[in-house]
Amino acid sequence: MISALHNIGSYFLLLARVFKKPDNYKLYWRQTVHEMVSLGLGSLGLIAIISLFMGAVVTLQTVSAINSPLIPLYTVGYATRQSFILELAPTVMCLILAGKIGSNISSEIGSMRITEQIDALEIMGINSASYLILPKIIAALFTIPIIIIYSMFLGIVGGWIVGAYSSMLSVSEYVYGIRWDFQLFHVVYALIKTLFFAFVITSVPSYYGYYTRGGALEIGKSSTKSVVYSSITILIINYILTQLLLI
Amino acid sequence: MIEVKNIRKSFGDNEILKDISITFKRGEINLVIGASGSGKSVLTKCIVGLHEVDSGTIFYDGREFTSMNFKDRKDIRSEIGMLFQGGALFDSLTVEENVRFPLEMYTKQSKEEMLDRVNFCLKRVNLENVNHLYPAEISGGMQKRVGIARAIALNPKYLFCDEPNSGLDPKTGIVIDNLIYDLTKEFDITTICVTHDMNSVMETGENIVFLHQGQKWWEGDKKSILKTDDDVLCDFVYSSRIMKKFKNL
Repeated sequence: MISALHNIGSYFLLLARVFKKPDNYKLYWRQTVHEMVSLGLGSLGLIAIISLFMGAVVTLQTVSAINSPLIPLYTVGYATRQSFILELAPTVMCLILAGKIGSNISSEIGSMRITEQIDALEIMGINSASYLILPKIIAALFTIPIIIIYSMFLGIVGGWIVGAYSSMLSVSEYVYGIRWDFQLFHVVYALIKTLFFAFVITSVPSYYGYYTRGGALEIGKSSTKSVVYSSITILIINYILTQLLLI
Repeated sequence: MIEVKNIRKSFGDNEILKDISITFKRGEINLVIGASGSGKSVLTKCIVGLHEVDSGTIFYDGREFTSMNFKDRKDIRSEIGMLFQGGALFDSLTVEENVRFPLEMYTKQSKEEMLDRVNFCLKRVNLENVNHLYPAEISGGMQKRVGIARAIALNPKYLFCDEPNSGLDPKTGIVIDNLIYDLTKEFDITTICVTHDMNSVMETGENIVFLHQGQKWWEGDKKSILKTDDDVLCDFVYSSRIMKKFKNL
């Protein structure tokens, strides 16, 4: 318990250092663009594959679950859309990104710590926490919502492919379903969640990487911890935001 | 000149530095030597502010560093160059970008001026045609030289070297030692080198401080270190059989 409180306190102290005035805006901007490419473009392929297949599977599962003739088939499109917009794209994809991006950030900053690169920045009088972490947070806040919208789109396309290439439901029924009772606020809700998750996905692994001590083994441990704790934090924030925004 | 007065540093109950006072002279290679765990690296990290001292004061040319706020320390740190044991080059940047980094952070030079300065620094450490290589693509000795080039990019007044020739073969180690010596004389820098390599001591040691169990045990130059009667220092200097034979000659 004391260790958990110590970690939470250290995390917020680190964030206080991260959000201090940047030393050099030009270098920070360049670093942010670099992170946008690294975090964003590097994740598009994985998210595309997962979203397409998940959309297709959700559609198949929903079709197979509808046994009553009283339930119209366009419900399948509706269910796929709602699943993706409300939960699968923002939460599940962010959990996947927490694994992919989180472990990457933690091991990158952790290896900089143990090879004294962070000390080198500090010796130069640079706020190393801010220089290394702030661009990642800003890049994630811009790119991850775009990735999530892309995931929503591809998930729904995955379901459409099932409609188009199977005899279980028609494309017109599916398309009618995904347009039925559409509420823009659900997308806004998903994007609000995503912004919180993007912050967690970058800041928690940065914290574990920044305070890595020891050698290569500790980098691996930091990486594992960062994925575990950022995933748990995402799930807790997901519950709180859903309670606040949807209920 | 850097003056260290009565500094103490502990980690928990373990007192690493015990009331150390040393004056590091300008334009000279000041060597801090001692066995592993004697407190050499902690002393250096305290002087540059990577560790806070528990008590005592540190002066950079009369400016008290220990009581300074972050902004004032930043001004001092812009006058410091440091060569780390492993080079500490930024993996994701090329050699040129590594040397250019402090210039981009602290100066408003144009790209051409920065490139000229980078090329000057690389040439000064005898490196050419490596600008676009990454640290992983060059040898350990070259990485150390790039580290020196980065350390001198901003014309530092103070140069810190943490075991500059560790991991290098003796010949390359001497090349690095001599390079640091030449730069110290050429730019009149206060240089502090932490080492446990006797080759370095005999090659460049002008002002030598020997640390033992966190205390300043001995101070002198490379001539007097060979004539010392101090048992602890003799154990360190004449630790190998060949050196013991040399002593008995």
